[in-house]
Amino acid sequence: MPRLVSHPDEVIVLKRRFGQGAAKIDRYIELDGYAAVQKAIAQGAEAMPGWIIDTMKSSGLRGRGGAGFPTGMKWSFVPKTSAKPKYVLVNGDESEPGTCKDHLIFREDPHAVIEGAMIAGLAIGAKTGFIYLRGEYRTLLEIMERAVADAYAKGFLGKNIFGSGLDFDIITQTGAGAYEVGEESALMESLEGKRGVPRIRPPFPAVVGLYDGPTIINNAETIANVPHILLMGGEAYAALGTERNGGTRLFGISGHVERPGVYELPMGYSLRRAIYEVAGGVRGGKQLKAVVPGGASCPVLRADEIDIGLDFDQLAKAGSMLGSGGIVVLDETVSIVEFALRTIQFYQHESCGWCIPCREGTDWIKKTLTRVYEGGGAKKDIDTVQYIAENMMGRTFCPFGDAAAMPTLGFVKKFRKEFEDYIEGKKAGTALMPEERDLIGVGH
Amino acid sequence: MSTIANSIFSPELAARFDKLVTLYPVKRSALVPMLLYAQDEVGYVSEAVIQEVAQRLDLFDLDVRSVLSYYSMLRTKPAGKYNVQVCTNISCMLRGGYEILDHCKKKLGIENKQTTPDGQFSLEEVECIGDCCSAPAMQVNYEFHDELTPDKVDEILDQYAAGKILDSTQKDGK
Repeated sequence: MPRLVSHPDEVIVLKRRFGQGAAKIDRYIELDGYAAVQKAIAQGAEAMPGWIIDTMKSSGLRGRGGAGFPTGMKWSFVPKTSAKPKYVLVNGDESEPGTCKDHLIFREDPHAVIEGAMIAGLAIGAKTGFIYLRGEYRTLLEIMERAVADAYAKGFLGKNIFGSGLDFDIITQTGAGAYEVGEESALMESLEGKRGVPRIRPPFPAVVGLYDGPTIINNAETIANVPHILLMGGEAYAALGTERNGGTRLFGISGHVERPGVYELPMGYSLRRAIYEVAGGVRGGKQLKAVVPGGASCPVLRADEIDIGLDFDQLAKAGSMLGSGGIVVLDETVSIVEFALRTIQFYQHESCGWCIPCREGTDWIKKTLTRVYEGGGAKKDIDTVQYIAENMMGRTFCPFGDAAAMPTLGFVKKFRKEFEDYIEGKKAGTALMPEERDLIGVGH
Repeated sequence: MSTIANSIFSPELAARFDKLVTLYPVKRSALVPMLLYAQDEVGYVSEAVIQEVAQRLDLFDLDVRSVLSYYSMLRTKPAGKYNVQVCTNISCMLRGGYEILDHCKKKLGIENKQTTPDGQFSLEEVECIGDCCSAPAMQVNYEFHDELTPDKVDEILDQYAAGKILDSTQKDGK
């Protein structure tokens, strides 16, 4: 289980109930639990949906799963009336390498996810919410299931919630191991009992989603923020962050740092400080080599690129992404060639195979980088890798193709010299993979 | 009483499945959880599991097989009583994930995706399991173990071998 950590620079909104036994419903209630949903209902049936969506818009909250889409705007796309039932789908299929924040939310504050889903349901007029957790999170699913049962026992879920005259049910669901299912349209396919392959858009889920009904799909962290935002007010939340990047977020700092952990920092917080102050600096006093700033799919930053604020826009401007907030720190001993290979091995393994550019592209990049890694590479292999990756971009049904291509492009462009030297026999860094590893075998 | 005569599952699991299929707007939504829960009880997704699940959801066997082959946690062969899953993805790799995997191989005397002759342990190299900030990490069945060192792994595996740690599914008697 990830341990709870803290640092004086943290600004605590979402972590407020962590470590306080809030998985128990009575404790959650003591800590203002289920006050936000009641505050929403107190606006009156007529004004409530608009009030919730306006509050979310003014909070500047953007999707914490990786894409950073403004939450309030996403909710406003759902048609007011619909012949088909509407749904709320909470994405807890946390699978982006370097990311373990939702893990902590499910364990420490499961009712915040339930309450957030209820509020989302009230905002769009949905009567059912699904909370989907990756299959590996069984122990956390059990915590969620207990929390849902407790909420039903108190009468908070089900018919006529808090005297509003409105109903809301929650169904928890387990996955069974598939990175691709974290993609919203594949997630819906999985929840419908199918292979987790993506759907083409448009139509967007807000119009035609789960069971063909209008559906909003939000990351678990996004949803868990909702009750806090309603209680503190949208403007107050927005003021914690930077322009167009409201609030705080959970940053999971892992890899070569002294104090890895999930820290809640304001949007726009300095990446340098996050590494050197919050996480205690590079482990063993070594030199920093590179940082993957937001989970494995985000293009790498070199050590000289860390004077940047951690928000969606600043990272995008630097040619990378804030992604899922999983900051992976690499010290001077890492071989970028090996790290790039390990990254593409993952994507090749997880590509669902639905779109040819992704299925073939990840495989060819893996094969080419394997040849380089094993010492049989030529300089043109670097160009080949770049060519394949560039041709995957934007040519697949879902963002997976980009997610595999972008980090690859980052590695070969920013560390081209290291690849060239490696091919010439001048290997940088210390190998971490065992020599006997079957590097070509499918699914290692 | 299960809705299926001669169910291959325990009465508890059969009752759970009876309820599960009523939860969703579409019955088929129960498919992925059913396969995983069936696997927890039977040890793997056997032919008999495929057939009963298909029957319960009004699906063809082929529909079930198609979904089964997609999800990496679902298996069609038995694993050990304790399935040791060592993460070697980036955050774990940087903090010694491969050493942990190698240590497990030596300690258990088996390679990746093999089972010990007594059926107690199986070993699997897995992709990110979502415990990156306490890397290196592994799961034994559904239980997380992290901040691992070879010594800590020895201690954990010895405890499982002695039956001292029960995973959460066994604790609930499911």
